[in-house]
Amino acid sequence: MTHVLAAGTDTDAIARETVFWILAIASVGAALAMILVRRAVHCALMLAVVMLCLATMYAMQGAPFLAFVQIIVYTGAVLMLFLFVLMLIGISSSDSIVETIKGQRLAAGLIAIGLLVLLTLGIGHAAIGPAVPQGAANGTGNLTGIATLIFTTYVFPFEATGALLITAAVGAMVLAHRERAVPRPTQRELAARRLASGQLAPDPPPGVYALHDAADRPALLPDGTTSDLSVSTVLSPRDVTRAPQFVPAEQTAAITAEEFQRELAQSGEADS
Amino acid sequence: MSPVHYVSLAVILFVIGGVGVLVRRNAIVVFMCVELMLNACNLAFVAFASVHGNLDGQVIAFFVMVVAAAEVVVGLAILMAIYRARRSASVDDANLLKY
Repeated sequence: MTHVLAAGTDTDAIARETVFWILAIASVGAALAMILVRRAVHCALMLAVVMLCLATMYAMQGAPFLAFVQIIVYTGAVLMLFLFVLMLIGISSSDSIVETIKGQRLAAGLIAIGLLVLLTLGIGHAAIGPAVPQGAANGTGNLTGIATLIFTTYVFPFEATGALLITAAVGAMVLAHRERAVPRPTQRELAARRLASGQLAPDPPPGVYALHDAADRPALLPDGTTSDLSVSTVLSPRDVTRAPQFVPAEQTAAITAEEFQRELAQSGEADS
Repeated sequence: MSPVHYVSLAVILFVIGGVGVLVRRNAIVVFMCVELMLNACNLAFVAFASVHGNLDGQVIAFFVMVVAAAEVVVGLAILMAIYRARRSASVDDANLLKY
């Protein structure tokens, strides 16, 4: 690394070094943030950063096909699947800080240091040579080279992959399938249930009789009370529902009656 | 750029992912950390492919991606089933087999 910088002639190598170090720092930082932040959605975003960095590194190492597969399959499909399940399970589910097993973090840190030392020693012992230009292996291109390998040398693993994918799809359908505990109610049963409930009309819509015509304002019923039925139950735990500002029904009626009498008197005087 | 640097980065990412699997409680985050470990392995495979000057490592990395996609599909379906039964995505709450 230093000799390339000292020589200063190979600008392409210097550019590769620069991009590598930027991507390496970004990916390691994002990975650390991923295990440190508490919200699961932030974890998913950090994982996306790591995956995009790795995709760029694949492209730098002469694997453009893998780079695009990484972006399309991983960042596009797998991570979106994670986010879908996060939205289904509950976006606000964050980790608890409490350790359920005593000394688990310490043990995890020790195991991590041990694994790091072990792997570093393994790499240090291995003789990893410099990168070899892949022109001969690629054939007419990276894509055709990979396709040739997949459909000749690795054709049986490829077939097994197909079986694996179909099994995974069927397994996911079986696991996500919910058996009905009770039979589906018929139209007649639904009608009978509604009659028995005592409320034939649908729930009042929110904010119709209130001053504010908004979804979080409870409706003002004709007798002057507000109706909790009119606001969606999703909004109530968020504490956005406030009592509408209104003039009580009897006050408005009294004022209107007085004004009506006064206007009547005034009009009578004007006539005479 | 020497492939040793890429392999070293893969080792660091793998260890970080392993720590995440050991430490985090949310099952989805644990899954994400497993994905991070698989990605680190892929990076090492691609680096080794560039060392040897052939494409076998890249093909293996491709297979790893396919297996990881299948694993995510089944894993998230299991997670949904567990969440439906226990109303929680924490790995501590799935303890029916404990005793």
